[in-house]
Amino acid sequence: MSFVYKKRLTTIDWINYVLLAIIAIISLFPFVYVFSVSFTDPESYIPLKLYLFPENWSLAAYKYILSTASFINSLMSTVFITVVGTILNLLFTLTMAYALTKKKVPGMKFMMGCVIFTLVFSAGIVPNYLLVKELGLLNSLWALILPNLTNAWSLIVVKSFIDNLPTELEEAAIIDGCNELGVFLKVILPLSMPVIAAFTLFFAVAHWNQYFQALVYLTDSEKWTLQVLVKSLVIDSEAIGAASSGAVSDDSTQPPSETIRMASIVLSMLPILIVYPFLQKHFAKGVMLGSIKG
Amino acid sequence: MNQLGMETQNISSKANGLLKRILRYRYVYLLVMPGFLFLIIFKFIPMWGLILSFQEYNPFQGIIGSEWVGLKNFKDLFTSEQFYMMFRNTLVINIFSLVFYFPLPIILALMLNEVRHEVFKRVNQSIVYLPHFLSWVVVVSMTYFMLSADVGVLNKLLNQLGMNQVALMSDSKYFWILLTLQSIWKDAGWGTIIFLAAIAGVDPQRYEAAVMDGASRLRQIWHITLPAIRPTIIILLILRLGSMMDIGFEQVLLMYSPVVRDVAEVFDTYAYTQGILRGQISVGVTVGMFKGVVGLILVVAANRIVKRMGYEGLY
Repeated sequence: MSFVYKKRLTTIDWINYVLLAIIAIISLFPFVYVFSVSFTDPESYIPLKLYLFPENWSLAAYKYILSTASFINSLMSTVFITVVGTILNLLFTLTMAYALTKKKVPGMKFMMGCVIFTLVFSAGIVPNYLLVKELGLLNSLWALILPNLTNAWSLIVVKSFIDNLPTELEEAAIIDGCNELGVFLKVILPLSMPVIAAFTLFFAVAHWNQYFQALVYLTDSEKWTLQVLVKSLVIDSEAIGAASSGAVSDDSTQPPSETIRMASIVLSMLPILIVYPFLQKHFAKGVMLGSIKG
Repeated sequence: MNQLGMETQNISSKANGLLKRILRYRYVYLLVMPGFLFLIIFKFIPMWGLILSFQEYNPFQGIIGSEWVGLKNFKDLFTSEQFYMMFRNTLVINIFSLVFYFPLPIILALMLNEVRHEVFKRVNQSIVYLPHFLSWVVVVSMTYFMLSADVGVLNKLLNQLGMNQVALMSDSKYFWILLTLQSIWKDAGWGTIIFLAAIAGVDPQRYEAAVMDGASRLRQIWHITLPAIRPTIIILLILRLGSMMDIGFEQVLLMYSPVVRDVAEVFDTYAYTQGILRGQISVGVTVGMFKGVVGLILVVAANRIVKRMGYEGLY
């Protein structure tokens, strides 16, 4: 090829690099700041000082949080809904999405219509609340799992992924006497690993970050999830003026100090930060799967 | 076998045909059943509750026994001052998002695309995607740590410079722009993925030809890259307009406080505070129904437009 890219950086390149670096710093700054304060010794913390690096390294804030029953309880609740919720999400989404690809089976087009209807219309907050209440799920962690077993967007994306799989293997399995259940388990699932990886992550992050349903359905503070606890520790005490936060009240009536609040934020996002570098490419792939459809 | 026998067999096989096909595909039905039952119970049964918008809900009588009031709840909603407040807030939050948020992922994708240094590009992408995975609780918490009057970084800086503090978080003047800034910080980076993919689909030969003709980098972006991703931009814009009624409810709720109520109240926050917190079930159902129906019309219209333009829509 006669054509060669210029390797020399032009002025425009330099401006571009500098701007992108500034954008990266803006993206990272809140993380750095929250980390720094959370690892700073609470005794020597000066409220009006700006911390970019932890000073007088200390794990005191973390030790304190991890010693409170409310944090441990909410961590257990959150882990429970994330693990159980994600497994059930995969089960409900994959089975239905595969069945929906069978357009010639009587009733499947109707079911696809039902799925699309739930994509464009929902009954709203109050009717959903009444249903959860009628089912006796208030104050149960199942109230955060059962109403979210699957959703229209996931079903449509996974269905279009399965639609695009090569059909030869499936046909061969049917000739070998395999029924649809066997095809699903032995052929479709192994071929769907990319979409399963992406959706495992999407579902898990959605459960971990879920806030509103936990706020509405879990009135008993012993059942709280991490997001509701962090909200009450950080935002409520901030909004009310740091006067009356009784959320972490195991052994003190003091409002949570800034270092403790920041440590609670760090802990609440820690699992995501740990898996993120390894799994980032799966997330991005998931978006591309979604954009094929919509 | 005579003619008559064949005909009776045909008729009976037609009658049994559907049953046979259903039996034949019993495993498909087995697979669809869990998801379908879920949709019935958790998506369609609540729609039955929409009847409550035509009733004065009485918790002791339930849906069946409550008094019918016709369109009274809707009349009350449309004539209330809050309704216009919610309508305006929904519109303004959307306009802010369209003007300030929407172009940014496109610009950022164009900037990232110009980066020749692979490692720089990849590290930069990893960093700007990261905030997308945080919950709104964490994003709003971080906003307090950045901007609030007593612990915010901004005010610490102003204090060190000997300047007056500003109360960004408790002033309704700044509420809409704060929401937009939060959305930008959280999602502008993540939003580039779809545009980067569209840019990657452009034929490299077109750039080579442009370079031969002496086109500068900016001219290449303007005349090749942007026209190539125009369909993606238009589709996303139309679908974005179609989902106008769904403004980040968790975000608004977390930023909501009595001080900023006038600029923060949207249909969902009203449904939540009136319907669930105050127990005025019928009021909450009515406002939710209004939001749902308007949202339905907008989404279906947006999808029609995208399809008529020859692209694949949402469904």
